[in-house]
Amino acid sequence: MRKWLVEPDFLVERDPDRCIQCQVCVRQCANDVHEYDPDEELVTSDSSTCVGCHRCATLCPTGAVAIRRAPLEFRPHGNWTAETLRNIYKQAETGGMLLSGMGSDRRMGVTWDRMLLNASQVTNPSIDPLREPMELLTHLGRKPERVEFREGAPGGLATRLEPQLELQLPVMFSAMSYGSISYSASLALARAARETGTFANSGEGGLHEDFRRFAGNMIVQVASGRFGVDVDYLNNCAALEIKIGQGAKPGIGGHLPGEKVDAAISATRMIPRGTDALSPAPHHDIYSIEDLRQLIFALKEATAYTKPVAVKIAAVHNVSAIASGSVRAGADIVVIDGYRGGTGAAPTMIRDNVGIPIEFALAAVDSRLREEGIRHQASLVAAGGIRSSADVVKAVALGADAVYIGTAALVAMGCHLCQKCYTGKCNWGIATQDPYLTKRLNPNIATRRLVNLLRAWALEIKEMMGGMGINAIESLRGNREHLRGVGLTDRELGILRIKAAGE
Amino acid sequence: MSDKRPFLIIGNSAAAVGTVAGIRKRDRDTPITLIAREAEHTYSRPLISYLLAGKVDEERMLYRGRDFYEKNGVDAVLGVEVTRIDAESRTVETDDGRTFPFGKLLIATGGAPVVPEDLPGTDARGVFTFTTWEDARRIKSHIETTDVKQAVVVGGGLIGLKAVEALVELGIRTTVVELADRILSATFDLTASEVALDFLKGKGVEVHCRTTVSEVRGHEGRLAGVLLRDGTELPCELLIFAIGVVPDTRLARGAGIACGRGIVTDDGMQTSIEGIYAAGDVVETRDLLTGARRPMPILPNAYRQGFIAGANMVGGKLTSRGGLSMNAVDLCGLPTISVGITSPEGEEYEILSSLDDESGSYRKLVLRDNRIVGAIFVGRIDRAGIFTGLIREKVDVSGFKELLLSQDFGLISLPNEYRKHVVSGMGIEV
Amino acid sequence: MKRIIAHEEHCIGCRLCEIHCLVQHSKSKKIVKAFRTERDRIVPGVKVEESGYVSFALQCRHCDEAPCIEACMTGAMHRDETTGAVLCDVDRCVGCWMCIMVCPVGAVARGADRQVVSKCDLCIGEDVPACVANCPNEAIVLEDEDE
Repeated sequence: MRKWLVEPDFLVERDPDRCIQCQVCVRQCANDVHEYDPDEELVTSDSSTCVGCHRCATLCPTGAVAIRRAPLEFRPHGNWTAETLRNIYKQAETGGMLLSGMGSDRRMGVTWDRMLLNASQVTNPSIDPLREPMELLTHLGRKPERVEFREGAPGGLATRLEPQLELQLPVMFSAMSYGSISYSASLALARAARETGTFANSGEGGLHEDFRRFAGNMIVQVASGRFGVDVDYLNNCAALEIKIGQGAKPGIGGHLPGEKVDAAISATRMIPRGTDALSPAPHHDIYSIEDLRQLIFALKEATAYTKPVAVKIAAVHNVSAIASGSVRAGADIVVIDGYRGGTGAAPTMIRDNVGIPIEFALAAVDSRLREEGIRHQASLVAAGGIRSSADVVKAVALGADAVYIGTAALVAMGCHLCQKCYTGKCNWGIATQDPYLTKRLNPNIATRRLVNLLRAWALEIKEMMGGMGINAIESLRGNREHLRGVGLTDRELGILRIKAAGE
Repeated sequence: MSDKRPFLIIGNSAAAVGTVAGIRKRDRDTPITLIAREAEHTYSRPLISYLLAGKVDEERMLYRGRDFYEKNGVDAVLGVEVTRIDAESRTVETDDGRTFPFGKLLIATGGAPVVPEDLPGTDARGVFTFTTWEDARRIKSHIETTDVKQAVVVGGGLIGLKAVEALVELGIRTTVVELADRILSATFDLTASEVALDFLKGKGVEVHCRTTVSEVRGHEGRLAGVLLRDGTELPCELLIFAIGVVPDTRLARGAGIACGRGIVTDDGMQTSIEGIYAAGDVVETRDLLTGARRPMPILPNAYRQGFIAGANMVGGKLTSRGGLSMNAVDLCGLPTISVGITSPEGEEYEILSSLDDESGSYRKLVLRDNRIVGAIFVGRIDRAGIFTGLIREKVDVSGFKELLLSQDFGLISLPNEYRKHVVSGMGIEV
Repeated sequence: MKRIIAHEEHCIGCRLCEIHCLVQHSKSKKIVKAFRTERDRIVPGVKVEESGYVSFALQCRHCDEAPCIEACMTGAMHRDETTGAVLCDVDRCVGCWMCIMVCPVGAVARGADRQVVSKCDLCIGEDVPACVANCPNEAIVLEDEDE
């Protein structure tokens, strides 16, 4: 039955003077938008199924294809926007929950863009990163109260240090499970993490045995579904992360449809083939902060206290309290995933209306931990819509020890944010298990692109730091003096604890 | 002793050229002497029908560039015939009274055209065989000087039909006389022959099968016509015998070299006398598919044998796996390819075929023990070589039998291992 | 000598290699014009074979011991001394199809409009063959044996 109220989102425009009927677009579209008519010897396009992924336009050898927003314009309305109308049409026709992939696309302003950085002038001169050494080296883990020395001890240090993760730059790859993304994508993330000297998070999908060789650069997740969690898993990683929540969908669990659970995923997640992989909302053995402490220490025991244990929480209203509780429960790293965080599939309403932006959450948690005098007990990692090296610098200035990038990494690999990950028809070979589509992501190329991204960001971070007269990331950490707000209310400035521009 | 004396090659066609290549790949110094009866620079024998038709000129007849002998250090003695091989003294004598010494010898004297015995009247003007450039020249000259309205070609095999094609191109009404029940009986099955026959008839060619010429009639020394065994009279001004060739083993026999129907060699192309090799249409070789020993006068086989012989003459240890019967011929625009055993007799053979009546496209595969042993392609010959490879390598095709005749059969239909083997080190990583 | 290696695990079956091979061997070398005016006259030297989601691009292997050179009755098939590539001199080719009969990879095709053969020439004269340069997924790569 045709869904009459649902209109196409995009319009495919083909330039007849440039189209050579080579049919590359026909072959490459997973949504069957393009078709070759052998009688007319023409390629035609049915825009109704176009998701705006640009695969056809990118590969077209003559640049004959353009993708535009569908031209069906509504009368302008400040309240009933085209977006809201389309959502209702979809629901009226299907009776189902609206689903989306990736992070919230709501236009509500991005706080990163309302914060600006300082630069040196006259006093406290700039440092040229091309001439002077710049330290981006970052250590994540529990730091000691104080350090005591003893002659003859290793390094002269009497104090026993908790296990640390060493990063060459304060950026890591966020949790994206093998199952939500393809094998090649997972492989590329692991390889790029190794090449760059940082870490990739396996997500809640378990660790494929082929990736055990990247153990030294992997952070494995223990999520509510406990997929793939066994002794080999715990032994083949650099750190563990208990996933309590996720910024894209705080409060609810996850669902990988059975169709996506093929032989390899079944083996990695340790569930039967073809069954749905359901991650419940709460861990069914964590109903209080004491329960969390129990799990943290169970993992530490199981790994002989050799690996840091992180706790990942979603940025919600009482994020400071939860963060503080997690630190006191023994977490060595606290990961805060903000409102703009991505996902393979989430109900649209929850994705767009639940949780708070990372900027506020980060500032609040950092302030609270400092007030309680426990900031040193855990490193803070910020996640959720970090888009550029500038966002990274601002996050560090607000108090983060490092950031996780998810969406940015996928975009580097070719994602065009069509937000249709949940269909499993990712045209770029990223969010799919379809063997025909997964071929499109060559892990060699993807790795190269990720390494390039991090290299470029590292250079930019050094430039910005140098511009501020800083030569070590430690000096930037939590240094809110380097930030000024523009277009933020007094209240917001207060929560962020930054001054307004001009002050 | 053999490093001071030169390598000697008798012959100047594919086998001889292959021998030069085989020698020079490993040895760039030892002199090579090449003696050939025909006076021309090495030329492509199959092109004589194209020359006759006017499709190629003299320059294009050459098989290798004019600098071939010089570039390869070959002293070419052309237009001189070797009359005797003396295996004891390791010399050859020529018809101009010279003697040439050799360290190692390669005999590539090729095949001599078959003319029916005891056929009266073959000395009339206008009667030719069709194996050399000189033959083509003389036929051409005959056509230019005589008013040739009709021609008869005896022999409906490959050589005969290529001659027919040339004559059709020149606008001469041609009739083919064939002894077997169908044209191309050595290489085609009944169906393929019929497709080819229809095609030729469409070009105005008349074909008489199951008969042969019993009498050649002349008038004042000039050819006037022929009488067939079945009583048919065919007036003609040009008669070409294109029945086939037999290995020209006279020199070899004279030297005491073992010969069957052709010169007998081992798998390294050496004859019964050490240091004397043979290659090309003059040898009898082991049929790769049947195991039988017989002459297999096919250009690619000749070249390969020559190459092997040449390599072994300089100390190599190459061996021939046997000859594969294979022919590719385009008949007046109809492309055809046939490989191996194409008309099998016996229970053990399995046939797969597809015939498209409309386009006249025919494909047939002969299998034995789940391996392809023969193939015919008429019309749609694309990528036929893949099947030749499967025949040569004796690949078990039971895993993909149903794909063999499909439109998009290709390397992708073959098992990974074979695919990898065929292109290993040079192509696909699978 | 430079060789083209195909990685079938990365081939996405887009056939951009075939398209760019055609453009490279056209007169105009401009893609729109080439397809408009010369599409029927050129047979690309590379061919994509596809079955399900397995696919790969295949062209002449420029074999060290090339069966086509041995089978060629006119000497048109020869080896280019500088690059080691196997080339067909179409001025000498008479379209007898012997090479098609012996190529185990099926890399030789009949010419589109003339009775001659057509096959990959390793884009003689270019640094990188057109197919390799335009593969969006690095499924065909150029490797230099001598390096």
